[in-house]
This record gives sequence, C-alpha cells and structure tokens, in this order.
Amino acid sequence: MGILDAFRRKKKGNSAALAKDRLQVIIAHERSGANAPDYLIPLREEVLAVIRKYVAVDDEAVRMQIEREGDYEILELNVTLPESGSHAASDR
Amino acid sequence: MARVIVVTSGKGGVGKTTTATAFAAGLAQAGNKVVVVDFDIGLRNVDLVMGCERRVVFDFVNVIQGDANLNQALIRDKRVDNLCILSASQTRDKDALTEEGVERVIGELTERFDYVICDSPAGIERGAQLAMYHADDALVVVNPEVSSVRDSDRVLGLLASRTRRAEQGDEPVTEHLVLTRYSPSRVDKGEMLTVDDVCEILSVRLLGVIPESEAVLTASNAGIPVTLEAATDAGQAYLDAVARYLGEEREHRLPTQRKGLFGRLFGS
Ligand SMILES: Nc1ncnc2c1ncn2[C@@H]1O[C@H](COP(=O)(O)OP(=O)(O)OP(=O)(O)O)[C@@H](O)[C@H]1O
Ligand SMILES: [Mg+2]
Repeated sequence: MGILDAFRRKKKGNSAALAKDRLQVIIAHERSGANAPDYLIPLREEVLAVIRKYVAVDDEAVRMQIEREGDYEILELNVTLPESGSHAASDR
Repeated sequence: MARVIVVTSGKGGVGKTTTATAFAAGLAQAGNKVVVVDFDIGLRNVDLVMGCERRVVFDFVNVIQGDANLNQALIRDKRVDNLCILSASQTRDKDALTEEGVERVIGELTERFDYVICDSPAGIERGAQLAMYHADDALVVVNPEVSSVRDSDRVLGLLASRTRRAEQGDEPVTEHLVLTRYSPSRVDKGEMLTVDDVCEILSVRLLGVIPESEAVLTASNAGIPVTLEAATDAGQAYLDAVARYLGEEREHRLPTQRKGLFGRLFGS
C-alpha cells in the first residue's frame, strides 16, 4: 500500500467516525425516551397548551425528561421562550 | 440449574440463527446437554442450518397445542451428542405461540437440558418478546453497521424491562455482545465501525467477534453448525465465544485491526 492509500484512507476514515457520532446521539436520545413514563407525552402537550395561553411558542418549545438519581426521579422541564417576547393572547 | 439463553438482535439477517446453532453445537461439544428452540414461527430455519429439515415431523406449535409431546418433537443431532432441536412450525398464524404454552415448554426443557437456546425472530414485537421472556442470558447479535447497532440498543432496553427477570425484580438478564460479519480490512479503511466503537456505544460485555467468513455460508449450505468446522475462522471464533461464556479467559484474537504507520499517522 502506498502513500496515496494512506490519504484515501484518511478520507474514508470519516465514514465510520461519522457513523459512531450519529449513533451516540440517537441512542442517547432514544434511551431517555424509552424509560419515560406513559404520561410524559400528554403532560407535555398540556403544559404546552397552558403556556400558549400567555406566550406564543412553537411546538418544540417545551421539553421534558425524567432523570434518575439514586432513588429519586427528577422531572426536568425546559421552556424556550421566543426572543422578542411576542405576546400571543390578545386579551392580555 | 439449566440456563435459558436468547439469541436476539432486533434487526433481521444479522446472524442470529447462525449464532444460535453454532453456540448450541459448541456448548454440546463441550459436554453439555443443549436444545435449540426455533421461535421464528412461519420462517423456520434452524432445521436447515442444522441439516435436519427432513426429519421434522412435529414442531414447537404442535407441542404447545398438545398435538404432540416433547419426545416426539425433539430432533437429536446425528453428529453431536446431547444436541437437540425443537423446530418452529411453518404455520402463518403468528399467535400460535401462547404465553402459557411457551412457559410450559421452556419449563419442561429446563428439566431435561443444561442449556435452552432460543433463536429469536427479527423485530421487537411479540415473537421476539416471547423468545426473550424466560431468558437468563442474552446473546445480542450485532453487525458493525448503524441500523443494526441502533436496533440492538432497543433490544437491550426490552431485555431490561420485558423479561420475566425484569418483571419479577430478579437479577437482570446477563447480556453478551456477539459482533458478527466483522471485516477487519474494512475497519482498517475506516469504512466500518470498530469493535471498540460498538462496545462503547452499547456498553455491553463483548463475548465474541465473528469475522465475515465464507465458512458460514459453506457450513449452512451443507447443514453443519459452523463450530463443527473448527479449523475455519468463524468456527474458531464461535468456539472461543462459547469458551468465554463458560468462564474461560480467552483473548479476542482474530480480527484485530493492524494499523500501519500511515494508519497511525493519519489517525484513521
Ligand atoms: N460471519 C458471517 N460471515 C458471512 N456470512 C454470514 C455470517 N453470519 C451470518 N452470515 C449470513 O448471513 C445470512 C443471515 O444469517 P442468519 O440467518 O443467521 O441471520 P438471522 O439474524 O437469523 O436472520 P433472520 O432475522 O432472518 O432470522 C445468512 O445467509 C448467513 O449465511
Ligand atoms: Mg434467523
């Protein structure tokens, strides 16, 4: 194998490395969803609806996940508000 | 006490049946009483790979439905002592296996054998869950390829939640990774995930690495479990995996990546 092979190899080397990166991201995501309780999805929907009474946010604005620490389960709730603070509900 | 071992993967065609039959033969060659149970209802293949397809009279579903007893349905391997198979049926009715029926048959098998090997169908639906339900150990078969690795992770999740051990709060199913169809030259070129990549992503103990090998096809063409061809690379790799399973320390010898100077310089 010549020097050229080594260069070619470097390029291709990205393909397996890319596969690994993508897998690590998606698997971490799926693992966090897999052991989530069934109520998490409807709960998220309702929280989103409540927030929308006051602020116009998009569908992805509310994120929830369950973290386990020892004997505790922690419900983590993240709401991303729009930058301009645009108010949705006209009656406020 | 008998051990029930499920061979599972999620994704289809990755080498479950090859692994189940090779592993079963290897355990029997080591002097254990072993039965392979084909859970792939409607798509049975253990019989062909083991070379006893013409001797199947009664199958797993017949036993569950009470049309035959185990003695009638168990087929003895002609080459290896103490190795039997219980064939899947070719019925198209996927619901032919019932929870109670499976429990009863597995229960009877554990009284007669040292190891009960359950060859799972592909997927993560009912058939796969029935195959894993009674498992003490799992051989998770994975190819070094993105969709196979991802599916295996789903299966690991099921093993931890949808098995008898999980439901009863017993010690969890022992998981072992069997990485098959591994091609060192493609790993060298950076085209294929490495052993270390897969182990790191899935964080499961590695039981064996089985190279991509013509010997597998040749053996299945002839209906011979590949471990009976001990001189072949794949046969040897499976025998090593069996020995490790039985507690022996054996180095993972075969498909190591030999990095040349350039490989190291360019970090591929
Ligand atoms: N190490 C290997 N080297 C080369 N070919 C292999 C290897 N392992 C399996 N194969 C081939 O891959 C194909 C699928 O193997 P096998 O039937 O064992 O997979 P499976 O996971 O049981 O499939 P299914 O999901 O359909 O039950 C077969 O043709 C087999 O010969
Ligand atoms: Mg199969």
